[in-house]
This record gives sequence, structure tokens and C-alpha cells, in this order.
Amino acid sequence: MSNTHHGYEDATVVMNADTMADVVDMLAREIAASTDDIASLVMLGILSRGKPLADRLAARIGAIAGHAPRVGALATTLYRDDLRSAKSAVRAEQVTHFDFDVDGATVLLVDDVLSTGRTARAALDEIVDYGRPKRIQLACLVDRGQRELPIQADFLGRKIPTDPHDHVRVRLMEIDGEDAVLLERRSPDPVDAV
Amino acid sequence: MAVKDTAVEKAAWTRKDLIGIEELTREEVELVLDTAPQFVAVSERQSGIKKVPLLQGRLVVNWFFEASTRTRTSFELAAKRLTADTLTMNASVSSAKKGESLHDTLANIEAMHSDIVVLRHSYAGAARMLAEHHASSVINAGDGYHEHPTQALLDAFTIRGHIRRRKDDPEAGLDGVRVAIIGDIAHSRVARSNIYCLTKLGAHVTICGPRTLLPVEGERMGINVTTDLREAIRDADVVYALRIQLERQQKCLFPSLREYIRLYRVDKEALEDAPPNVLIMHPGPINRDIELATELADGPQSAVLEQVSNGVAIRMAVMHLLLNKS
Repeated sequence: MSNTHHGYEDATVVMNADTMADVVDMLAREIAASTDDIASLVMLGILSRGKPLADRLAARIGAIAGHAPRVGALATTLYRDDLRSAKSAVRAEQVTHFDFDVDGATVLLVDDVLSTGRTARAALDEIVDYGRPKRIQLACLVDRGQRELPIQADFLGRKIPTDPHDHVRVRLMEIDGEDAVLLERRSPDPVDAV
Repeated sequence: MAVKDTAVEKAAWTRKDLIGIEELTREEVELVLDTAPQFVAVSERQSGIKKVPLLQGRLVVNWFFEASTRTRTSFELAAKRLTADTLTMNASVSSAKKGESLHDTLANIEAMHSDIVVLRHSYAGAARMLAEHHASSVINAGDGYHEHPTQALLDAFTIRGHIRRRKDDPEAGLDGVRVAIIGDIAHSRVARSNIYCLTKLGAHVTICGPRTLLPVEGERMGINVTTDLREAIRDADVVYALRIQLERQQKCLFPSLREYIRLYRVDKEALEDAPPNVLIMHPGPINRDIELATELADGPQSAVLEQVSNGVAIRMAVMHLLLNKS
């Protein structure tokens, strides 16, 4: 818990690769156990890091329940409420894409970090523009608190208590070359908080 | 919150208006092109609602002093797919007929709190003049012989998409791509904006047409100039045919339509020496079998309708950048 991460001097490793694998496995078991009709379950990973997490969960669910749900990617950038601070340019792989119908499906949203809830709110708006799912659920690797909207995860890996100025950094093999969750304690002083 | 640090890092958009390509940096041009793919995806949605709420409650005014179906509907659709409110004013029914000045008309529109004014006008500089004196964001949809920036952006986006697919490289740009622009270059704002845009992106541009329809400043713009169609398109990756304005012939700028067709029509015969997968483009509307042969316009190498689809996405990207800049 307290060892520092070589690339980020002020960061504490709050989840290492082994723990992350266990957490993903636990989440997959919970999802499989609570879903009576796995065939109607589809997953949408919120870009960027929710997508590889969703792929991993789908593979584990496939191993556990005998059917791997289909996975798509949701950008949410066109539905955010903080557009003026958002980046506009996107790579092709950062655009929303999925090849299934959400009408009548159970849609499981997957994201790495749950914090303010605003990303999940944007994702809900985006999904309902594509159709009317039977149900939408949310799975997150970590919940760092600091909620600004009444949104909770249906499936949660770990709760990480943080202060508002702290930074939670999820690193995934598919994007960052390693699996880890880092907590960077940051001063509330705006000079230090980059 | 985790920083999504894989987003493409590009120069931020800071301009209030889009008047011309000439004043844009390469980074700004690329920012528009990189913003567009997500809007292509919105229009291509197979189910649900083909729009996003980025400009919800904003007012986009389309103000056209020249006939235009394609460009006007493209801007209107782009605004609607961003959930903006739209007003379209055609000069024929507007108070311009009653002698009101552009400034007064726009001041009245702005009193109704417009956010974007899309202007097409026959006077070069009309869009810039309004942009400098009014608070609304102005998009130049064509001003005289000056510029038509969104056309050039959608053309570059279309070419880039084909190059990326051809090279199977999602990061490929236009560096070294050869584009031949054929026809009435001197009187074409489409050609002028395209020359600025393509050369900024590193493409090699060749312009070709009758000597009387080539701009005197051609060589100074850093491009190849020729009157020989076969020479122009011999190494071309893209052949871009411009619309011939038939009234130019009445001004004696070329002797006859028959001669123009014989020397400058882009057709199968003219393409004999060109690379086999050369891309055929045209800004529309096409004079069929005058500047472009029907078999090519409707053929498998034609990007003409893809240009139209991409036009909506590019205009969505421009409006989003203008109003949602940081």
C-alpha cells in the first residue's frame, strides 16, 4: 500500500497488478451472478480506460458464465457538461463505436474511476440517444468519492478515500504498459496543484 | 479524476471566426480535421437520434446572398445535428432588397442574440468586415473570388481519409500527396482555399487550365502551374475538377465550350497516364460531361458524394470549435 511508484515520485500504489486481476475477477463474478440473462447483457467501456477494462471483464464473464458479452466503446465527449474545458481533437479509436442494438438490452457501463459522476451522467444521455435499454448499470474499478451527482456504481472494485486535490491515476497494460492504480497526494495550493 | 492523457494534443482553437484558410496555422487546420471524425459517427448512427447536444439553445443564422443549395443545406444540417436553432435568410427576400446595409441587418440579427452567422456574399471581404465589427462568430461560406474555407477543410478531410485507408495508417497525413486542380482556377474561391489548405498540410498542388483561367500569382503560391492536362495528372493521387462557370465563356476567357471539353475535361482518356487508383473529386454542382465525365463522377474512384457527407461533419466541427472553445 505504501510503496511509491517509480514514474510518479509523489504517488502511492493503491492497487498493484495482482490485486487488479483479483478485483476484475471479483467484479466479473458479481456481474455474472446478478445477471439472469447473460445473453441480453452488452457492455460499453467509457473511453479511454473503461474500454480495456470492459474487454477484460467480458472475457472473465465468458469464462465464468459460458457467454462473453459484446463490448463497445463510448466516448461521452459530445455529451459532457464541461465542454469548454474539453479537448476537441480525437483519434479515430476514441470515437463512440459499437455494433449492437441497445433497445431492450441490459447495458453495463464500465469506467476506471468513479468520482464526480459527471462522466456517467454524460454516458447515460449518450446511450438513450441510441435507443431504450431495458436497464443500464455501472461498473467501476475504483470509487474515489467527491461525488457531485446522485450516481453510484452497481459493481465496484475498491473504494479509495481521497481529498479533493488528490489525483487518482489508473494505469492499464493495454494503454500504459502496466497495471496499477496510483494515488497522488496534492497540495490544495494552486501553485503546486498542476 | 483520471487524466485522459491519450487524447490528441493539438493547438487549442482561439479564433472567434472562420474567414479563410490563409490565416490559419497547419495546427489549426489539423485540429478541425481531427475534430470531425466524431461527427461523421453521429451522422452515421444506425439507430436512435442522429444529433448531439453540443450547441443546444444556440442560434445559427445562415445568411446567403448567392444561390446555393448544397452549402446552405450542409450548414443548416450541421447546426441541427448539434441541436442549435437555425434561421435561414435568403437575400432575395431580405431587407437587402430594401436597401438596408449588411451592418444594420446583422445588428438587428444580433439584437435577437445570434451566436453564429454563416455568410455567403459575392463581395470578397464581406465576411471579414462583419466579423471585425460584430460579436457573433462569423463563418465564411464563400466570399467573391476570395475563400470558401469549409469546402477546403472538407476536401482535405476527404483526401486524408482515403490516404489513411490506402496506406492502412490511421495517422497518415497529406505530406507528399499530389493533388491536381483542373479548370477555372483564377475565379475559384474553392481552388484558392484548397491551395492554401493543401500546401499547409504538405501536399504538392498542381493547377491546370486555359492560360486565361490561371491566376497570375500561381508560381508565387508555391505550386506547379501547367496548361497541359495530361502532364498535370500524370503523377496525381487526386484529380480535383472545378465547376466551369458558363458565363466566363461570354467574357471570352476561353473560345468555346467544345474546345474546353477537348483540352480540359477530366475523363477516362485524360486519365490514361494517371495512377490507376487516382481519386476523383468535384465541389459540385457538376456540369456533367463538361468539366468531368459522367462515367468518372459516378465511378468507383469518385469521392464526390463522400465530400458532401464529410461537409456536414466538418461544418459541425467548425461550429463546435467556434462556440465551445476554452
